[in-house]
Amino acid sequence: MAVVQPATQTTHMFLNIGPSHPAMHGIVQLIVELDGERVLGADVEIGYLHRAFEKECEVGPYNNAIPYTDRLNYVSPMINNFGYCLAVERLLGIEATERCQYIRVIMSEISRISDHLTCLGASGMELGAFTVFLYMIKAREWLWELIEAAAGARLTVSYGRVGGVKADLPDGFADRTRRVLEDVRGVLLECNTLLTRNRIFVDRMQGTGVISKERALSYGITGPFLRATGVALDVRKATPYFVYDRIPFDVPTGQHGDNYDRYLVRMEEMEQSMRIIEQALAQIPAGPLNVDQAGQVLPADVMVDEAKLGHVAGFKQAQVRLDPTLQGSTRGFHEAINAPERRAVLPAKEDTYGNIEGLMHHFKLIMHGHGIRPPEGEYYSAVEGANGELGFYVISDGSERPYRVRVRPPCFTIMSALPELIVGDMVADIVPTFGSVNMIGGEMDR
Amino acid sequence: MLQTLVERFPQFLLKTSAYRGQDTAVIKREGLLEMAGRLRDDPGLQCDLLMDLTAVDYLKYGRSLGSAPTRSTPSPLPYYMKPKPTTEIWERAVSNETYRFDVVYHLFSSVYHHRIRLHVPVTAADPVVDSLTSLWAGANWFEREVWDLFGIRFTGHPNLRRILMYDEFQGHPLRKDYPVNKRQPLIGPTT
Amino acid sequence: MNAQMSGPPDTTKLNWMTTRLDAALGWARKFSIFQYPFVTACCGMEYMATATSHYDMDRFGAGFPRFSPRQADVLFVVGTISHKMAPVLRRVYDQMTEPKWVVAFGVCTCTGGFYDNYATVMGIDTIMPVDIYIPGCPPRPENVLDGLIKLQEKIATEPGTTPKAWSATGVPEDAVRRPGRPPTEMPTGPSARPPELHAPHRPESHL
Repeated sequence: MAVVQPATQTTHMFLNIGPSHPAMHGIVQLIVELDGERVLGADVEIGYLHRAFEKECEVGPYNNAIPYTDRLNYVSPMINNFGYCLAVERLLGIEATERCQYIRVIMSEISRISDHLTCLGASGMELGAFTVFLYMIKAREWLWELIEAAAGARLTVSYGRVGGVKADLPDGFADRTRRVLEDVRGVLLECNTLLTRNRIFVDRMQGTGVISKERALSYGITGPFLRATGVALDVRKATPYFVYDRIPFDVPTGQHGDNYDRYLVRMEEMEQSMRIIEQALAQIPAGPLNVDQAGQVLPADVMVDEAKLGHVAGFKQAQVRLDPTLQGSTRGFHEAINAPERRAVLPAKEDTYGNIEGLMHHFKLIMHGHGIRPPEGEYYSAVEGANGELGFYVISDGSERPYRVRVRPPCFTIMSALPELIVGDMVADIVPTFGSVNMIGGEMDR
Repeated sequence: MLQTLVERFPQFLLKTSAYRGQDTAVIKREGLLEMAGRLRDDPGLQCDLLMDLTAVDYLKYGRSLGSAPTRSTPSPLPYYMKPKPTTEIWERAVSNETYRFDVVYHLFSSVYHHRIRLHVPVTAADPVVDSLTSLWAGANWFEREVWDLFGIRFTGHPNLRRILMYDEFQGHPLRKDYPVNKRQPLIGPTT
Repeated sequence: MNAQMSGPPDTTKLNWMTTRLDAALGWARKFSIFQYPFVTACCGMEYMATATSHYDMDRFGAGFPRFSPRQADVLFVVGTISHKMAPVLRRVYDQMTEPKWVVAFGVCTCTGGFYDNYATVMGIDTIMPVDIYIPGCPPRPENVLDGLIKLQEKIATEPGTTPKAWSATGVPEDAVRRPGRPPTEMPTGPSARPPELHAPHRPESHL
């Protein structure tokens, strides 16, 4: 019997998505193998935003790395700042003051909300819900105005400092924040009404991009993505840092590990973040903001007075040669001049530009050959970023520059699981799955 | 934690240390696969998350200008006669036979919430370690990244190719002897 | 009267005609910008903020992003361009039809910013001509709108009726005359135009 030839020849088709594609917010290339509309295999190409963060950090002193950390996860830059500062502080063996830690908690949570708003808004937009995108970006604008009031910038804030923060909260910040949070709650309620029971939205999100608990752990996935599979793992609870152990909050988890659960987890996390902010605003103590390098609490006015009185040990003994180039004399003298009065935190910009003590202080921390010097050692600090555990692994060799700074990027591991997430689904399901990954190029490619 | 490791794997451990509350174990590369597998599966340890996998190039460790020992007496020459070092000049501190790289693993237990760091020293002449892709799926991309940026190979890796840089790129940029601004553009001017 | 009509055309009057037509075309073009947002990095967040309702780019007639380079006439390069990305960007630029304009959004695209290292392109004007530079890291939305208005002024004054002069390489000479550093090496490597595209493409030839 003759073999019946099929009337049409079918082959698998290869489809290239990206690196510049409307549904790819961020630059990443997906090469998928298709059988009809079914995804059979996928290859992910990343690295289009590799900006050599880790190499750049090794070039300058410790404080110079902070602007680069802003641009890692550029939707929630504060968390990156504080993660890096935490690592360097632990290397120095100092602890930020209580007020500073509360400020860090508040700012981290505001950043987390803005990150989740962007993620959900963008993935809503890609599913056709443009209204939600506009609403959520509107709410994000309000939060950014809060950030701007405290840090002076909307996006790339550089608010964290080793041993402190750049500036204290402005007057009336607490009331303003409470009002904004009320407004954000209103927006979230609207979006909840628009999305959560929306037939189109639910049909496209439910059951797509499924990953099991075991596979997620095997990939090293953390954050909302892991919690949607049912593992209640949150760095803020597991290994508390700052003052998260004093503030009660819940860790929402999902059950199915699909896109819809991730959406629900993120929505609930925003509510929890607002809860944290409100409690932190109620608890925040008054007090000094920054610490010095030895970890002592040093009020700014005392420091200025001491310098004005000339209480600088070792001055008399040292032979000082004047140097018109402001490079200072040989480094041996700096050790003696600098020894008792060392602060880790950069002075406020008003001081740097406004008086000589501030200017000298700034020079001593910024100029080549000076700056803070943690003792030899290594530290891995973990904070809960918006996408999961954000780790900073800093190695010091005793010099004024970090020997190595490594970022553990949370969405890197999630992206490595992306082929597994989309295989078996339809082409159209790539879009919500990719949206719920919340890939941030700066963080993933560094 | 470290005590348990010392009891169970005395043959693989080179050194253990705890610094600022974090446990570090330096181990021989022969024992990496077995030790990582035991760390993951042992019910008392259960380090089931491979949090991070990276490498460190120790070529210039402790040898930067800033970490040089300070002089106690000033130089007899005035400042304008002393040659000022504009670029850092290195002599090779680490030879190809000594351990130049450390592959660093950060493990975390989702049950007990403890962390352990493993260092695996390798030489520049033979920068090879066993791949952990058989234990953790997440090791796949991490190891590709370490290969891309440091040039350390992983035996048993299914697909060891560049991940962050492009295929035409020569060298491994995070090695300490790669200049920070040496560009290799695909299009456009080469300077 | 008849003698005048049959004589050679009065060039001054014709110039007046084309100038007015240019002005009308420029006016129409400047309020119907179809933009291609080539969003790569942090600046994309400020691009989002500018494009959505709070700052509302749509007020300036630039509210409609087209994600196909063939349908767009302004390329917004938003965010750091790495050497891995540069051929892709160049290819997108090459696929856009004339007339086209390029906006360098953010300091990374203008000069490379503080990413002076092995991975990044030091300003996209090393690989393509740029019309408007919007500095800032990232630029505030007000700054972006300012850049957009400057671009509109530029579009309005550009000759729209004069056919573009094309060189033998298929690269419009006009591209090199635009302000900014002229590209020293025109397409080489993966982004080079395929030979069948070297014939001059005249979108207005059917008129």
